[in-house]
Amino acid sequence: MLFDTYQNDSFHDEMFQADGSVRPEAKLLLETLQSLQDGHLQRSQRAADRMLLQMGITFNVYGEAAGTERIFPFDLIPRIVPANEWDRIERGLKQRIRALNAFIDDIYHGQRILKDKVIPAEVIRSAASYRPQIHGINPPGGVWCHITGTDLIRHGDGEIYVLEDNLRVPSGVSYVLENRDLMKRTFPEVFEGLRVRPVDDYPGNLLDTLESLAPAHCEDTPLVVLLTPGMYNSAYFEHSFLAQKMGIPLVQGSDLIVEDGIVWMQTTKGPRRVDVIYRRIDDDFLDPAVFRADSLLGVRGIVDAYRQGNVTLANAPGNGVADDKVIYSYVPDMIRYYEGGDAIIPNVETYLCWRDADRQHVLANLDKLVVKAANEAGGYGMLVGPHSTKEQQDDFAQRIVDNPRNYIAQPTLALSRVPTLIGDRLEGRHVDLRPYVLYGKNGIQVLPGGLTRVALRKGSLVVNSSQGGGSKDTWVLAAEVGA
Amino acid sequence: MSVETKPLLSRVADSLYWMARYMERAENVARLLEVNLHLQLDLPLDGNQWQPVIDTCGEAPAFRKKYGEATQESVIAFLAQDRDYANSITSCLFAARENARSVRETISSEMWEHVNGVYLKTLQQYAKPPEELSPEVFRDLRLNGHMFQGITDATMSHNEPWHFVRLGRQMERADKTSRLLDVKYFMLLPRDAGVGTPYDDLLWSAVLKSVSGFEMYRQSRGKVSPREVVSFLVLDPDFPRSIRHSIARAVDSLDVIRGGVESQSARQLGELRRELDEMDVDQMILSGLHEFLDNLQLRLNAVGAGLQRDFFALRTQMQSQTQAVGGD
Repeated sequence: MLFDTYQNDSFHDEMFQADGSVRPEAKLLLETLQSLQDGHLQRSQRAADRMLLQMGITFNVYGEAAGTERIFPFDLIPRIVPANEWDRIERGLKQRIRALNAFIDDIYHGQRILKDKVIPAEVIRSAASYRPQIHGINPPGGVWCHITGTDLIRHGDGEIYVLEDNLRVPSGVSYVLENRDLMKRTFPEVFEGLRVRPVDDYPGNLLDTLESLAPAHCEDTPLVVLLTPGMYNSAYFEHSFLAQKMGIPLVQGSDLIVEDGIVWMQTTKGPRRVDVIYRRIDDDFLDPAVFRADSLLGVRGIVDAYRQGNVTLANAPGNGVADDKVIYSYVPDMIRYYEGGDAIIPNVETYLCWRDADRQHVLANLDKLVVKAANEAGGYGMLVGPHSTKEQQDDFAQRIVDNPRNYIAQPTLALSRVPTLIGDRLEGRHVDLRPYVLYGKNGIQVLPGGLTRVALRKGSLVVNSSQGGGSKDTWVLAAEVGA
Repeated sequence: MSVETKPLLSRVADSLYWMARYMERAENVARLLEVNLHLQLDLPLDGNQWQPVIDTCGEAPAFRKKYGEATQESVIAFLAQDRDYANSITSCLFAARENARSVRETISSEMWEHVNGVYLKTLQQYAKPPEELSPEVFRDLRLNGHMFQGITDATMSHNEPWHFVRLGRQMERADKTSRLLDVKYFMLLPRDAGVGTPYDDLLWSAVLKSVSGFEMYRQSRGKVSPREVVSFLVLDPDFPRSIRHSIARAVDSLDVIRGGVESQSARQLGELRRELDEMDVDQMILSGLHEFLDNLQLRLNAVGAGLQRDFFALRTQMQSQTQAVGGD
């Protein structure tokens, strides 16, 4: 019933092969779905929607009245990743994060990679997210990228590619945990017979990671806090969720004060010294004394305390330089430079508009390419060529000519699809995948799973929650015993 | 204490306290409305019992300005539904939820989901014209208030954050019971001075019912009389909504919170508790119950301001602060 009219439409489908037969890892799931009584899936879906509202799992939408909350739509059909494929993704992510961490450390110290002319120095100097104020800082353990949420996509050729690195304040991991919880509560029968790897140890691992990189002065258990911009931030649910699951205080800028290079929080029993801050505020707003002077969200003096080694900031300020979309195109070179060897997960082919030849190609093919601003995220500042009007293309052409450094272009990717409940039946919808990576004193850990975001609008390739996206549970299967 | 308690942010303590106060306040308004709707059924046709409800809340001028005469519809519209009035049920639930939302990491998920669920459900229920709101919806809210207290006590560790929740609940309860008694006593006493009519009995019973106290009153005091009702609501040591009981529990919580450190708010509240322990009901009525209750409310307000100063306010003078708590 559910699959009666289902079509791959020549896209790579995560559940079915090109000939329409089911992929081996999805066989059991398909059988369960086909055995459901009419209406069962829809009822479970409605129950899940109600639960999201009751649990207050919502995000705030900017530009609407304060306190306007929406649920982030959740689709019950999971995305399955077989064990061998996950193994490769995990190795690829570890390799990539090690290289990116080495790159950021290098950029804020000796800049070896620029001197060796692997990356043009001009690209760094012109990156909007490069922070010269950070030069010479040595974060504990040499770790800059404590928490990363790398965006992966599968293209029409069946290959997985890295689309973005997200080394600043990646969000979404709370949905990974809540989606799994919701699946178990509303649709437990689908787990039968499958060995889905658990995700609920993430908050514990996150806390271990943060504690492991406390400043040198800490002898006992460090005081770790999560710094949020506040209740009206779009990711506030996640901030409170993670603080609750880790059992640590959720602080706002106004709760903290810096005196003589030491960070204190205001408690009912007077000030308490803070050792580690998992900050969910962008660099720009973190410290009005160093970055944007008009920021009311941050804490004056916090970067100075950090520079003196009195407090750990996770993620480290300055990471954004590696999120720049022009610098992204050099990550395979970084991997060769710092790690030796080729990238296990390739980049998406990228045209850099400041190169004359690339720019000519981009301007001539605006109707086919995706153009992105180098320093934007969240699906903003972007042109999807095949879905754009002539006017929009002309507008972007002008912007590219005016500021070529700020634009890159990529082929329009045929993102893979997963069956998704649309009304009464299942239809293919495009997805990406954001796994979460923790980097602590004892190495790198990849959460088995991640956030599968789905573009719910028919044909849409934009999966961002602010642009009509939803999410799915992601099942990484455990390896067969003896396999 | 065997285990060192985790530090509690001043801002979080403030929100916990107000979350509890607003939940308790919403429940108290619902109690008043529920009891009054039932009372209507028993009273003679000419008895308008809606103005006293407005008086109990101390909101007569604001109400008159917007609604004019106190009728069942206008009072319900004001006290249950009016989002412009800060102490209506919907406003209180909104405020309780906003406070809960800002401390989600500190309270249990069960508490948050309950507050959120009650808010969403009540908003839906109250989206009708006031004449269509049945006593059932107010009963629902009263039960939800009980449930909130149960969930809080059963799912949250009884440590410092919990004591701020209980402190808020008890402070609000003491204040609301005193207001209720103040208005009812004033309304009822002149008539009671003559021959007790069946309606007086009914009205005093209604007062007891609005604090869920009728049965417990019967067990400990028997016959309904103004003197005994006053004694029960102000001085009963055991009844959970009496003023004396509420203040005693508030003192208990404040003692745990301050952990031996002197504070003005604790001193003020402790004095109030000792006075209530030694109070004689006849003396209290003789020297003017209204004056007594008025003074009590003023002193509760002073304690509230003291809590703000002692625990909630952000203290920017680090040096003096560090000295005050003897370093860290």
